[in-house]
Amino acid sequence: MLSIKELKAQVEGKDILKGLNLEVKAGEVHAIMGPNGSGKSTLANVLAGNEGYEVTGGEVIFENKNLLEMDPEDRAREGLFLAFQYPIEIPGISNSTFLKTAINEIRKYKGLPEIAAKEFLVLMREKAKILGMDDNLISRSVNTGFSGGEKKRNEIFQLLMLNPKLAILDETDSGLDIDALRIVSNGVNEFRSRDNSVIVVTHYQRLLDYIVPDFVHVLYKGKIIKSGGKELALELEEKGYDWVKNSELTAASV
Amino acid sequence: MSDDMKVVEDLTQSEYKWGFTTNIEADEAPKGLNENIIRFISAKKNEPEWMTQWRLKAYRHWLTMEEPKWPKVKYDPIDYQDVKYYSAPKKKPELDSMDEVDPELLKTFEKLGIPLEEQKRLAGVAVDAVFDSVSVATTFRETLHEKGIIFCSISEAIREHPELIKKYMGSVVPYTDNYFAALNSAVFTDGSFVYIPKGVRCPMELSTYFRINAMETGQFERTLIIADEGSYVSYLEGCTAPMRDENQLHAAVVELVTLDNAEIKYSTVQNWYPGNKEGKGGIYNFVTKRGICRGKNSKISWTQVETGSAITWKYPSCILQGENSIGEFYSVAVTNNYQQADTGTKMIHIGKNSKSTIVSKGISAGRSDNSYRGLVKVLKSAEGARNFSQCDSMLMGDKCGAHTFPYIEVDNDSAMVEHEATTSKVGEDQIFYLNQRGISTEDAVNMIVNGFCKEVFNELPMEFAVEAQKLLAISLEGSVG
Amino acid sequence: MTNKIGAKQWYLENFKIFESKLNGESESSFHKVRHGALRKLQELEFPTVKNEEWKYTNVKPVLNQNFTPAANLKFKTDNSILKQEYLFEGFDHHLIVFVNGLFNPELSNIGRLPQGVIVDNLKSTIKNRPELVEKFLHRSKIITAFDALNALYAYDGLFIFIPEGKALVKPIHVMYINGDNETNVLSQPKNTIIAESNSQVSVITNYVGTGSKNYFSNIVTEVFTDANAVVDLYKIQNEKTDSFHIERTEIHQKKESVFSHFNISFGGALIRNDINSTLDDEFCECNFNGLYLANDKQHVDNHTFVDHATPNCLSNELYKGILDDESHGVFNGKILVRKDAQKTNAYQSNKTVLMSKKATIDTKPQLEIYADDVKCSHGATVGHLDDTAFFYIRSRGVPSSIAKSMLIRAFVSDVIEKVKIESLKEKLNHMIFEHLNREEI
Repeated sequence: MLSIKELKAQVEGKDILKGLNLEVKAGEVHAIMGPNGSGKSTLANVLAGNEGYEVTGGEVIFENKNLLEMDPEDRAREGLFLAFQYPIEIPGISNSTFLKTAINEIRKYKGLPEIAAKEFLVLMREKAKILGMDDNLISRSVNTGFSGGEKKRNEIFQLLMLNPKLAILDETDSGLDIDALRIVSNGVNEFRSRDNSVIVVTHYQRLLDYIVPDFVHVLYKGKIIKSGGKELALELEEKGYDWVKNSELTAASV
Repeated sequence: MSDDMKVVEDLTQSEYKWGFTTNIEADEAPKGLNENIIRFISAKKNEPEWMTQWRLKAYRHWLTMEEPKWPKVKYDPIDYQDVKYYSAPKKKPELDSMDEVDPELLKTFEKLGIPLEEQKRLAGVAVDAVFDSVSVATTFRETLHEKGIIFCSISEAIREHPELIKKYMGSVVPYTDNYFAALNSAVFTDGSFVYIPKGVRCPMELSTYFRINAMETGQFERTLIIADEGSYVSYLEGCTAPMRDENQLHAAVVELVTLDNAEIKYSTVQNWYPGNKEGKGGIYNFVTKRGICRGKNSKISWTQVETGSAITWKYPSCILQGENSIGEFYSVAVTNNYQQADTGTKMIHIGKNSKSTIVSKGISAGRSDNSYRGLVKVLKSAEGARNFSQCDSMLMGDKCGAHTFPYIEVDNDSAMVEHEATTSKVGEDQIFYLNQRGISTEDAVNMIVNGFCKEVFNELPMEFAVEAQKLLAISLEGSVG
Repeated sequence: MTNKIGAKQWYLENFKIFESKLNGESESSFHKVRHGALRKLQELEFPTVKNEEWKYTNVKPVLNQNFTPAANLKFKTDNSILKQEYLFEGFDHHLIVFVNGLFNPELSNIGRLPQGVIVDNLKSTIKNRPELVEKFLHRSKIITAFDALNALYAYDGLFIFIPEGKALVKPIHVMYINGDNETNVLSQPKNTIIAESNSQVSVITNYVGTGSKNYFSNIVTEVFTDANAVVDLYKIQNEKTDSFHIERTEIHQKKESVFSHFNISFGGALIRNDINSTLDDEFCECNFNGLYLANDKQHVDNHTFVDHATPNCLSNELYKGILDDESHGVFNGKILVRKDAQKTNAYQSNKTVLMSKKATIDTKPQLEIYADDVKCSHGATVGHLDDTAFFYIRSRGVPSSIAKSMLIRAFVSDVIEKVKIESLKEKLNHMIFEHLNREEI
């Protein structure tokens, strides 16, 4: 589904990603962990096509297409979804208008007709229910006046509504209490399927208790320095990031 | 409430503590202004002919100009023929060491708390003291000389470093700039000159103290600071004047130039005599201060604490010409009794990604008027320019005024300009809360006012910040309602 | 036609023709007002950019042409001039129509009015209710030469009077249709809205242009809100693209009155609004809402002034603009809090988005405060549409053109939300996208 080779990227002239490799196959859940400043959010933003991040090398193939050449909206239409670390408030545009526009644009891209109003409504109700959102929240302006938790929940709601192939969750767990974490995770697990993949970007192991990954990667100074199964996350939690940093240093000095 | 008012009264009524005069024989020019006076000044300073000619050009241009009427200040017309344009302590000539300075003068500086003597070396401050119109002593010249730093009086610089003067003087504030700048260019008598060579970080704060002493004199000093590529300097300026019933004119010009990657930090604590409680006397402070960030990544930062002067008319500005250059303006302006202040800044964005920050805190008490006037201008070329301005006013009493006149002119769509302003008073609930915690009303007011000004004080060098806080407390003693 | 004799001279000379056509009306006491204006215009000069209040607006293009006062002309007006699309729909209203500032009874549909309520034109009011005209119209402020010009040819315009305790349920819809195929017209309605104590009225004005010749609308509007009256005034300005539009709106507020102004600017080549409210009595509330949307080479200048002359009043101002192409926006918002106006709350915010490289804005929010127990703030921002939000929307599959439209809608939403008539909100949203040539959402 997604193949990242030697990806390099800069933010404001500073090198952040320094040759990152990652393969994600359909149906897999990958967790990317790492200390602050290691490049986790940069990776998420580069994949979604944020113009504030400049790609300086490498390639990314998504569903057999060159992802880096596409505009952000085309990436979304191809089935890539980024749950933002800091979701944006858009006053005056209701959640439903916003989602309807997005869904129809994606459908248009795929040569499908617009979604029927009724079908859309049913879909909204169904997905909102999974996340325990009330109708009121849906009719409100996108993220406007939402609490941090409500915003994160709204991101997952959008994920379920748009039903992409690959979901990238950028620190979706930050600022969530345990109940909200459970609800959000439920939503993500709802999305998981044999055809869909998930990349969970997180600092903490906590989220991975609920969204159990198939693979865990440690990102440090712009590169993946260690990969393993879900047990790696537990090990990291126990020993801290210094452990991998040190082992990387040992490895480097050998 | 009435207790609070009383405290306010007490505080506002405190006396100007720097109002003494010094009995020193002075070498003076007669009153009045004409080409002969200008030649006289120039001759007194042993100036080369090109300088005399420059002054005369400025004078002739000044004659064609009119005094600006737009500031929100009122004063009786100034009789420019009734001012002495030159006054120097007599026992002067060239001074080689501090021992040669008139002891009377040293006493004055001691009273002012100026770290002029050797013992102050520890404080790490090099001082140029300007008494009336003439630079009296510059300390630490040797230490600075080793690093190639030039720190001397402007008169000396004209004689010793004509190439730098010719290149930079008037390059930021041309004599055609405005009425008072033209006047200054014609009659300036002294001031400081600083040159920091490439790559040098000035090891100590450089400082100038200005003192107007003689009667009926005007002070027209001129300061020029050049920070060559990759250099840094922090410069401090302090001012006081004796108490006199008539108004005295102070029309200074300050020019700053930063080349690539250089930084100048310019801090002022201005405490000219503000006049008495009835508004009699005091200094007219009409000053043109401007810096140009000529080089890329260069920075100019103005910090001012203005508590003195009967009238202040001053807009320390930055021309942000270099790419990624930064301009900053941090100001506290306090007016009390009949003081009037019209002050602010101009940030002219020319270079790409230039950034500016303006933080202005105005405090008005008594029957004073305090205006912030500022301009943020983003030219077409200033792709990605950013500005943030915050202008807050605090009123103490119902007979004063606080005004904000921010002009914002944007010609580039990639620019982001934000301006915020608020007006408030010291809240009775705040005072009550502090009283309830056992703090006297006077201390509570000081605490609140200092909190209000904190962002600006944080920008001042340590010893200046302490002085500024004390000044503020004295200027406002008792001003809360 | 270029001006050969200078604008002032031209307007002074045309006054003789105007006067000769007045017949008996020149005997009315109102004619004294015109003569006062004549003396004023002789004294005053039209403003230049040297005048601080006109620093960013050069009125030369307006003065370079000779516009003929509408009252001096005979128009061939047919009823098709009032197009259905001009009218705001979806709510019952009383319709009154002015063509080139002159009342058009055939196109108007005022309908039944409650006892004592007047919705009429100035010309008949001068005749029918001279005492009202005398009371409210004889002391209008003349500050600029444009004000003097309006008063000099004051002839017709809107006249609304709501007597004590009456609330007009249906809004009054006022249509101003300007322009002509043969002459460059000077259209100068003089509008008056009087709301006596405890009364209520909502007035929606719409300025549109027609005809092949360009024209100049020079308007003066005065609003008197007596104690506890509630007045909403919507101004939707959609003049022809090459026309000039200058209006002074003066609002006089008495105790506990509430006045809300909505100033939405779409059309015109050069637009200047002066909106001044004097809070003459305690506990008044004044709301100024504005939107300016400009493209091509439009020049839009809004000057507002809230004079807090008395304690305990509230003013709230929100002006937002979107400037595209080579348009130029000017905002000057002044809040004055006078010496005794304690407990004043005054807020002001001006936000402008530049949509193109060549669009420019000059803004000057201004506070002048002489009372200490007040809460005042102002803010101004200039920028472009939020990059992060733009990316966020696009990352959901929405194309950039619609993403931009969404951000435009988001930007204007807080002003539009204040509009109290639901169907007008939708219409305004539609007009915004139409004017900016953007995909509507």
